[in-house]
Order: sequence, then structure tokens, then C-alpha cells
Amino acid sequence: MKKLFASLITALVMISGAHAAGGALTLDKFPKERLTNVAALQNGAKLFVNYCLNCHSAAFMRYNRLKDIGLTDEQIKQNLLFATEKVGDTMVVSLNPKDAKEWFGATPPDLTLVARSRASHSGTGADYLYTYMRTFYRDDTRPTGWNNLVFPNVGMPHVLWELQGQREVKYVEKTDPHDATKKIHTFDGYTQLTPGTMSTQEYDSSIADLVAYLTWMAEPQAQSRVRIGVGVILFLLGFFFIAWRLNAAFWKDVK
Amino acid sequence: MAEMKQAPAGASAGEKLLTWVDNRFPASKLYKEHVSEYYAPKNFNFWYFFGSLAMLVLVIQIVTGIFLVMNYKPDAALAFASVEYIMRDVPWGWLIRYMHSTGASAFFVVVYLHMFRGLIYGSYRTPRELVWIFGCLIFLCLMAEAFMGYLLPWGQMSFWGAQVIINLFAAIPFVGPDLAILIRGDYVVGDATLNRFFALHVIAVPLVLLGLVVAHLIALHEVGSNNPDGVEIKAKKDANGIPLDGIPFHPYYTVHDIMGVAGFLICFTAVIFFMPEFGGYFLEYNNFIPADPFKTPPHIAPVWYFTPFYSMLRATTDDLVNVLAVLIGLAAVLNLVKGKGTGQTKVVGLVIAAVVIGALKVFEAKFWGVAVMGGAVVILAGLPWFDHSPVKSIRYRPNWHKIVYGVFVINFCILGYLGVQPPSPVGEKVSQVGTLLYFGFFVLMPWWSQLGTFKQVPDRVTFKPH
Repeated sequence: MKKLFASLITALVMISGAHAAGGALTLDKFPKERLTNVAALQNGAKLFVNYCLNCHSAAFMRYNRLKDIGLTDEQIKQNLLFATEKVGDTMVVSLNPKDAKEWFGATPPDLTLVARSRASHSGTGADYLYTYMRTFYRDDTRPTGWNNLVFPNVGMPHVLWELQGQREVKYVEKTDPHDATKKIHTFDGYTQLTPGTMSTQEYDSSIADLVAYLTWMAEPQAQSRVRIGVGVILFLLGFFFIAWRLNAAFWKDVK
Repeated sequence: MAEMKQAPAGASAGEKLLTWVDNRFPASKLYKEHVSEYYAPKNFNFWYFFGSLAMLVLVIQIVTGIFLVMNYKPDAALAFASVEYIMRDVPWGWLIRYMHSTGASAFFVVVYLHMFRGLIYGSYRTPRELVWIFGCLIFLCLMAEAFMGYLLPWGQMSFWGAQVIINLFAAIPFVGPDLAILIRGDYVVGDATLNRFFALHVIAVPLVLLGLVVAHLIALHEVGSNNPDGVEIKAKKDANGIPLDGIPFHPYYTVHDIMGVAGFLICFTAVIFFMPEFGGYFLEYNNFIPADPFKTPPHIAPVWYFTPFYSMLRATTDDLVNVLAVLIGLAAVLNLVKGKGTGQTKVVGLVIAAVVIGALKVFEAKFWGVAVMGGAVVILAGLPWFDHSPVKSIRYRPNWHKIVYGVFVINFCILGYLGVQPPSPVGEKVSQVGTLLYFGFFVLMPWWSQLGTFKQVPDRVTFKPH
């Protein structure tokens, strides 16, 4: 038992060490202004439904919630739904989890809350997703032929490769700053193998829209929450003022 | 039978009704004793807001909890989705849920500050020992309540946090493994665990908690409130038997506490509306992933309010157990050589020390970690008997006592910080020193609390009219 505990602690130390090393890649900042841009959110929704929703579900998200970002029932029905789905349904997929496990090594996770669960002390969930979707590269050692800088050895292939094109990672050999006898590979940009249908700027912008949508979907009421919050705080400031004066009025009698 | 009172002639309907009730139930009597004629010292300061605020948070938790239960499903297959249903589809469900999740953390903020107040002004000293002990029991209940409540959203942290903590109970010698199964209701954390935690979180513990809060208040109102000067206001009374430094709770402290409530609500709602996750400390990021028994998260940390105690648990390695054994041995020898007791008590002390050292070496460090963590909470209850200082309030203690309290608070915060961090060799050493400091503060209190030059305590409270 003692051994088990000790090995558990060691494992935790090692994992945390690995974790710290993995966090070395700094996340790119997601352009936050997209969150309040309805056109961006709608474009993100379109990308999400077309590219992500084939394998990933968003099982807590109802299609008709998209009305919050300016779509109408008709638009949702005509552009985003298959014939059998109802506008009040949640975004589930017909992908068989067993097949998925066989194909990708893991069941594709539900994405409703991914923008919240991927937050960490290195950045927001949006920063993570924005970087992740832009750091895929060709790697023939992987079963899918794809790898990722933020999520090494990820099971997911680069679904948007046609948009971005295929890229390879360039490495430079450097001396390990902690150990002069060792060499380490450091990331040194990409080599574009085949062009995509989008320029880098267009691709980054599309990803920003997609991530804006994912962030919105993780907490659809986030913007109204902040708006209500401002009103609540203003009310409470007024209440505090009255309470303070009321208190003073009573306490002037206490000698 | 008690004598029936008559409402005076020409009394209003309201007065008549009250007389009717008072003849059958002590409504007016209770109101007078606990509100309108409960005389509280007039020199309460900032720290005295936190008692009423704890009560406010308790009410918030109960009311929001009732509404959450209306839509929550205590079922391993449905729990996570039902929380998201509350967040998305239930009208204002997100607000109720954030109030409850922020309320849990707010409860601990308020209660820690409330306990700190008691600590520095000696509010646990005679005759308030029971007020303090009921308070310690409330704190214990609150920890149980928070721990069980945290399982209910059935996220990754809910699941693995519960798994880690319940496994700790398995370290208790002899009964441990069976006890862990009894708590889980299964060999792993699962649906049975979720169901019993739900029952305990929603019914059993709140019931005990409410009873203890009532006991806490009855005991307080029996002996009267302490104050920042640590002066007994009941020692100086006017001709009517009213303490000279006392003022009726209502209206003076009701209006005062309303102001406190307003200030608190500004902070509380700021968190709810602008940062409900509070940087991953109030709602952990990993908890937005449904519980997966096959996927252990890389770093499992309890919620922030448990981390000082969790740190002490992790600090208890074989090394620390050895240090403890040596310290206990030294204490026994010191008692033998320099102690005040008779020869018989000295020998008894030596025997007890030998038994404890033996036990320390026989049982594994993991069990002692659990014992240290539990002991760190339980030891608070001993405060009334550890403190031998001639004055209650920190105001009249030697200045270096303030440094001792300062070190204690900073140490507690450092332990809390380390408990959030993944384990590291340096962190382990620091938390071991922190653990010894934490226990040293209490265990050595009978000795250090009476050292130094104490200041003259005034006859009456110090009060500057507003």
C-alpha cells in the first residue's frame, strides 16, 4: 500500500512535469471582438455544422438556440438541419461511438462545452481552440497522417485541410540549455506542401469565427449575463448608499 | 396552566391577535430575547459582519438548492446533462446555478473570516466555549456538505476528487476498506455514490447544519457577544440591568448588517455575473467534461477551500512521521525533566508518548496523512483550552503575539496555495514546515499565549461615536 501511494505520488510528479513541458507552447490570442460579431458567429455556426458536427456532437445545444445569434427557424431548418431533425432537437450525431473508437483511437468528445473545459492557466478555452485548429501538420508516423502542436498525437485528423492546405513542421536542432551534451528539436515554422483554398489570413479568420461560435455555444447566455450583471451592480451600489445612510441615521444616537 | 393575559381595553386587532398568540407561543418573548432586547456591544467593527453574512449565504444556498433540485437528476447517466439543462433550458437556471456554485465558495470565505475574528478577539474564551464548539461542528458539516455537493455535477473533477478523498478513508487501519465501500456504496465511485451523496447533501447534512446554527445562536444569545476589546459588557449594567455598553440588536445591528449585506452582495454578484468560474477556482475547468471512470485527469486538486488541509495531508510522508515521532519523544523527555507534574503523571506522559510513537511507526504514512488532515480541523475545537493568555483580545496582547497570528494566517494561505499546485519536491518541504507550524501554533499555545507583557484591559469598551 505504501509502495502504491509512493508510486502514485511519483506518477503525479511526472505527469505534472510533463504537463509543464507541454504547456511550453504559448497559445495564440483568440480575437475576442468576434464574440460580439453576429456575422462571425453565424459563419462559425455554419462551419461547425458542416465540418465538426459529422463526428462531434453538441448534445446540450438545441438548434433553435441559434436564434440567439440572429438566425430564424426557417434559416435553421433549410441550411443546418437534415430532413428528419426538428428545430428543437439537440445537436447529436449518428456516428457510432464504437466505430469512432476504432477509427480514431478515441470517441470524438462532445463539443458543447469544449470552450470552457479547455481553459487553463495558459489561456482561455478560446485561445486553446484557436491555436489548436491552426497547428495541424502532416506526420506520416501517425495513423491518420496528421499531428498537432498543441495536442501532440491527437486522434483527430485535420478536417479543414482542404481550406488550409497541407503543411509540414520545420525543426531546428539546438543545444539543450539545461544540458550542453544534448540536442533538442525546436519548432521553426511550417513548410507549405500543397496550397489550401484559403489564404492564411482567410483561414485564420474562419477559425476565429468557428471558435467564436464554440465559445458562444459553451455559454449562450454569457453576454446577457454580463449585461444583467451591470444592472444588478448599479442597483446594489444604490442600495449600499441607502443602507449606509440609514445606518448612519440610526447610529448617530449611539454615544 | 400559565396565566392568560388580556389585551388592554381598546387594543387594536393586531395587539389582540398578538396577545392571543403570546398566551400560546412565546412570540413576543423570543423576539425580545433574540432581537429587540438582545444587547450587543456597541463597538463591533468590520469583522463582525461575517456572522450575519454566513447566515445570509446559508439562506441563499438553501433557497437556490431547492430550485436546483427541481431540475437536477441524481443519476450517473443523467446528472451532467441535467446540470447543462439547468444552465441552458431552465429559465434563469444559469443564475440559480451560479448563485449556488459561487455561494459554496462564498460560504467558506465568510466562515474563514468569521473564524479569524473569533481567533483574534478571543471569542472562544469562557463563557463562550460552546458557541465556539458549535461553530467548529458547523464548519465540519460545511466541509461534508461542500464535498458531497461537489460530486453532484458529475464532471471529471467531481468524480476524481471524490475518488481520491474516499480512498483516503480506506487508509484507516482495520475498518478502512469496508468504510470506503460503505461510503461509496460500491467498489468504485458510481451511481450508488451519487445517489447517497445527493440524499446526504440535500437532506441529512443541511438538517444537522440548521440545528447546529440554531444551537450556535442560542448559546451566543445566552452568554452575549464578545467584542474587539474582549471586555464583558454584562459586568457594567445600568439601573434597569441593561449593559452600559450594550445596544439593542434591533434596530442598531439590523441596519448595520443590512449595510454589510449590501457590500457583500456587490462582491458576490460581481463574481456571479462577471466571472462565475473565478479563474477555474470556483468552477474547475475540468468539471465541464462529464465524469469518465477510465480517464484520470493529469492533476486532481480539491476546490480551493479544502486545499490548506489537503496540503497537510500530502505533506505527511514517512519523513514527516519520523519528525513527529522525534518531536513527541522530545516533548515527553522535556516533560520528565522540566515538567510541573508529579512523578506519576510524568511516567504516564512517557508511556503515552511511547504508545503514540509506536503507532506512528506501525501504521502507514497515508493513514497519518488522513489523521493530520482531520486533526487540523478538530484541533480548532480545543482552542478555548489551549489559550492561557490573561486577556481575550489581541488588542491587549504583547505586540509579538500579532506577529504569531500573522504567521499563522500567512502559513495557512501558503498551505492553501500549495494544495492547488501539483506536488513538487520544494512544495512538499514547504508544506511540511507549514504543517508543523500549523499544529505548533495550537499545541504550543498553552505556553506562548501567556508569555510577554500584556496591556491593561479597559473597564469599558472603546467606542468613538460615528
